[in-house]
Amino acid sequence: MKFLRKKLDQIEPLFLEGGRLQRLYPVYEAIDTFLYTPGKVTRGASHVRDGMDLKRMMIFVVIALAPCIFMALWNTGYQANRAAASVIADSPDTADAVRTLIEELGWRGSLLQALGWNPAAGPQFLWNLLHGALYFVPVFLVTNLVGGLWEMIFACVRGHDINEGFLVTGMLFPLTLPPTIPLWQVALGISFGVVIGKEVFGGTGRNFLNPALTARAFLYFAYPAQIIGDRVWTASVDAWTSPTLLTTMGSVRHITDTTYADVLSSLNLTAQDAFMGWIPGSMGETSTLACLLGAVFLIVTGIGSWRIMAGVLVGAVGLATILHGIPSDTNAVFQIPPHMHLLTGGLAFGLVFMATDPVSAAMTDTGRWIYGILIGAMTIVIRVINPAFPEGIMLAILFGNVFAPVIDWVVKEQNIRRRALRNAA
Amino acid sequence: MEHYLSIFVKAVFIENLALAFFLGMCTFLAVSKNVRTAFGLGIAVVVIQTITVPVNNLIYQYLLAPGALQWTGSELLAEQDLTFVGLISYIGVIAAMVQILEMTLDRFFPPLYNALGIFLPLITVNCAILGGTLIMVERGMTFDDSLVFGFGSGVGWAMAIVALAGIREKMKYSDVPDGLRGLGITFIVVGLMSLAFQAFSGIKL
Repeated sequence: MKFLRKKLDQIEPLFLEGGRLQRLYPVYEAIDTFLYTPGKVTRGASHVRDGMDLKRMMIFVVIALAPCIFMALWNTGYQANRAAASVIADSPDTADAVRTLIEELGWRGSLLQALGWNPAAGPQFLWNLLHGALYFVPVFLVTNLVGGLWEMIFACVRGHDINEGFLVTGMLFPLTLPPTIPLWQVALGISFGVVIGKEVFGGTGRNFLNPALTARAFLYFAYPAQIIGDRVWTASVDAWTSPTLLTTMGSVRHITDTTYADVLSSLNLTAQDAFMGWIPGSMGETSTLACLLGAVFLIVTGIGSWRIMAGVLVGAVGLATILHGIPSDTNAVFQIPPHMHLLTGGLAFGLVFMATDPVSAAMTDTGRWIYGILIGAMTIVIRVINPAFPEGIMLAILFGNVFAPVIDWVVKEQNIRRRALRNAA
Repeated sequence: MEHYLSIFVKAVFIENLALAFFLGMCTFLAVSKNVRTAFGLGIAVVVIQTITVPVNNLIYQYLLAPGALQWTGSELLAEQDLTFVGLISYIGVIAAMVQILEMTLDRFFPPLYNALGIFLPLITVNCAILGGTLIMVERGMTFDDSLVFGFGSGVGWAMAIVALAGIREKMKYSDVPDGLRGLGITFIVVGLMSLAFQAFSGIKL
């Protein structure tokens, strides 16, 4: 490690004022502070000294995401392997079916076969991880390369430091995507999220919308075919659909004789499956358990606001309970009980990792409750009442982001008024 | 009751004048630097909308629409279709209402009157106001409907401008590239806000 430090110190003058590579200083700074503790320290006496800087905070979020990342790898592979085994079992000629399957899976299929994968064997732990990684890792790499490139360009041109905030965005964004998303769309989405969602406002901490969600919303409206529906959640095996509870309930909306119980049994879905996360869905959000572990970590370390999380929970469960009690014969979504709202779809993931984004959320304590409840309630409103979208958490959080500054403003004004009254008395 | 609620919700969220129809952009962008002023302007728009849309509805129903003059009892008048003077009558009503509101504000709320400044008379030519009336005419609303719609569309617009002002106050801490400062970044903000408002598109009431 000494060697690396020495090398970095050796090339530092190149990037300093007057150096040949002066313009690329942010790149040097990013690599240096990524590897070592920043050398700059505060000199004035009036500063609070705390090891909790922006960098550690962002890294903690990435650590909190670890269970979700693991589930993203495992579950994506599990769904794909399950689909593969079932397609082969249904076919009369096994050898022929395997050949077609490998062809359909493209380069991933060939690679897995070369490594000795037996698709007929069904889901096995290691093969699940490996197969999942073949979906997750490319998306992750593209996100970080393209997004990182934009960060670097803006940092060099505008002369600010490359910020660790992007690590979190680059981690969250792939987790919210379906595994089959084309990589060029990933690149386009993250470009929009980083540039329009964040960099035009001056970079991390100065934006008003969550960049990862901005990126996803952009893809959602620009290329709906690749991000919603029954076909996108599992590997591209022909004739294999992987309906989720929310898409199915959404599509039976106007059929009066289909009940929630019918849909559950047709999907072969239980609350326990949904809690553990071996169900189809966006890569990182299927497991409520993984999100729960992340939530505990974020609350214990004090990085995520428990008020926001509790607020979203109260808003979502409260409204879901009310709507669940309304008998409706035209809209089957009313029948989903509150706990299934919480276990399926991206609600848990958004609640823990997206709504609590400290930059775009409300900043006052009272405001955080209001903000959380607004998001929770909006999620359920979109899921249940809006037939256009099966899932609501993404747009609900963006909606919350839009109103967060006003919520803060109102709380602040109330506070000023209360103090003025108290002092006048 | 449910009928009115559905018109109201639709006017506020689903067909938000500012963020779904992009009406009234000039004042929306210009007077949204400060939450307090934006709030005042929002209230002014709510009041004007709630008065002008129903008044224009009466004018349309009883004077302009084909066959609207039947109540005069004259057959000749009943045959007339006066919709071609619609635009000018609606604008006239709006101008009169704004004038009255301006005088009221000047007399009773001078700080708000001063804060709104030139933008109050500009409401007269604000396309959100005229747009509200024209949408009302096009949908053939009844008087009650138009009252609810006028109020709802005003509330929706006011909500949007207050939210925008909140974001712009927060953006004092942003470091926007030189070329985008001012209106440029505001357009981007409005675009992103309307992306979030897409949450309501598709709700059928």
